[in-house]
Amino acid sequence: MTVAASTRADPDQADIVLDDLELTFETDRGRLTALQGVTTSVASRGFVTIIGPSGCGKSTLLRVIADLLEPTAGSVSVLGVDPEEVRRARQIGFVFQDAALLDWRTALDNVKLPLEVGGGVPAGTEPADPVAMLELVGLGGRAQAYPHELSGGMRQRVSIARALVCNPRILLMDEPFGALDEITRDKLNTELLRVWQDTGTTIVFVTHSIPEAVYLSQKVIVMSANPGRVREVVDIDLPFPRPADIRESQRFATIAAHLRGLLEG
Amino acid sequence: MVTTEVKAREGRRTRRGGNARGAPSRWIAPVVTIVVVIALWQLVVVAFGIPNYVIASPVDVGRELVASWDMLMANLWPTALETVLGFLLGNVVAILIAVVFVHWKTAERSLFPLVIFVRTVPIVAVAPILVVIFGTGYLPKILVAALISFFPTLVNMVRGLEAVQRQTMELLRVLSATRRETFFKVRLYTSLPYLFSSLKISATSSVIGAVVGEWVGAQEGLGYLIIQSTFNFNVPLLYATMVVTSVFATLFFLLIGFVESRVVTWAPKTEF
Ligand SMILES: Nc1ncnc2c1ncn2[C@@H]1O[C@H](COP(=O)(O)OP(=O)(O)O)[C@@H](O)[C@H]1O
Ligand SMILES: [Mg+2]
Repeated sequence: MTVAASTRADPDQADIVLDDLELTFETDRGRLTALQGVTTSVASRGFVTIIGPSGCGKSTLLRVIADLLEPTAGSVSVLGVDPEEVRRARQIGFVFQDAALLDWRTALDNVKLPLEVGGGVPAGTEPADPVAMLELVGLGGRAQAYPHELSGGMRQRVSIARALVCNPRILLMDEPFGALDEITRDKLNTELLRVWQDTGTTIVFVTHSIPEAVYLSQKVIVMSANPGRVREVVDIDLPFPRPADIRESQRFATIAAHLRGLLEG
Repeated sequence: MVTTEVKAREGRRTRRGGNARGAPSRWIAPVVTIVVVIALWQLVVVAFGIPNYVIASPVDVGRELVASWDMLMANLWPTALETVLGFLLGNVVAILIAVVFVHWKTAERSLFPLVIFVRTVPIVAVAPILVVIFGTGYLPKILVAALISFFPTLVNMVRGLEAVQRQTMELLRVLSATRRETFFKVRLYTSLPYLFSSLKISATSSVIGAVVGEWVGAQEGLGYLIIQSTFNFNVPLLYATMVVTSVFATLFFLLIGFVESRVVTWAPKTEF
């Protein structure tokens, strides 16, 4: 907890501030506390990863930030305002575990979807070029392919391009590479870091994988279940840019071991 | 069993070889089966000396088809008209009601049980009621065909419109999409494979509806011809009418399947 206190950014610097957040679901079997006393923040242009056992509320937390769920208590502020305002202003991109592409649209038309619905991009903000977004994720050559013609990794790249097309300040990613094989996942991790540096968006990334969390993030939020709480916040002091073989370094192994200890303890 | 498996594997090999549509090996097996069945039928009728007022032989049926061709076609048109109009009416109404149900849950909750109940009433019992009300013209037959098309499409269309993945719905909310956008850009497309699977069912069942409607009271149509040839012990004509009816139903079914393959282009190809 001391780490959390020391790294809590000053609110001017933070894009996302969660204060004593609580969320309970009313279910058939009674109340279920998915999140309790969650207080943390994400710095502007930061890369933060949330890790924790399944059911500890990681997805719920992302959904609160994206205005898909309302907290029962506590407060959440994104870019200094209410999440709903941020959602309406198209400042949030969301990448789901299964790419959630529309099967009847080509890769390019899927990337264009955000520009076609919800009033498109609000006045005053500049959307990205969909073709350029596909190129950014390395799929420039497959613009006319349909989702069923693409591999799982490619589909996820399309969904990242779609999330980026409105130039969001915040990118939320819920286990986006969880269903991919390790080699594809490592490759996409490297590309994601590049996309992050190119676009400068703030990323909150949920994962099950300790190496993925260590490789990607500046800061890892370790959560524990029943109820979902922040167990500890760990700074990852590996320098950027991070070459692929940083995973073999001693420092990497030490941090990974520390995280494993937190998750098992 | 063994032969079918071999056929299936051959079929796949041809397709991989780039010969997309033709793959003749896929058609050989069913054609051979049909030819064998017809040959056996002829053989049995001849061997046991079965009179043609009990079972008509394929040769008798063929002869009758040629001899009565004009009359068969003259009776096909009314049935075809009733079928197609009934199909359109039943499906269009079902689709519209499904759209209302999906956007207005109260309507769905209060009316769906009624729909399920009406669905259990056998169509053969409904046909006379409609004839009594609407007389012996086209209308009651169209209504029977419509009714028989209506239920599977209503059920499938509601299911299809609601089959949008949870994550896709969340995506649309993140994008602040309106209900209208959600409907036209997502729900409609999601529902199409469901819709077509029920359209293919109702393509054949609407023919049954029209024929059953004609049984109850008609002066023309394939259903009328079936009743007449039965009363007159004209078994070859009865069989010939049956052949025309099922060829028509099959063509209608294939037409819908063709439209599906043109409309639902994004899904991996299904065979029909
Ligand atoms: N819509 C919901 N209704 C009821 N309970 C839910 C709902 N969504 C999630 N939960 C419960 O909340 C807890 C946290 O879920 P989730 O955030 O999906 O966990 P994670 O993503 O960390 O695996 C789990 O116990 C889950 O069963
Ligand atoms: Mg989850």
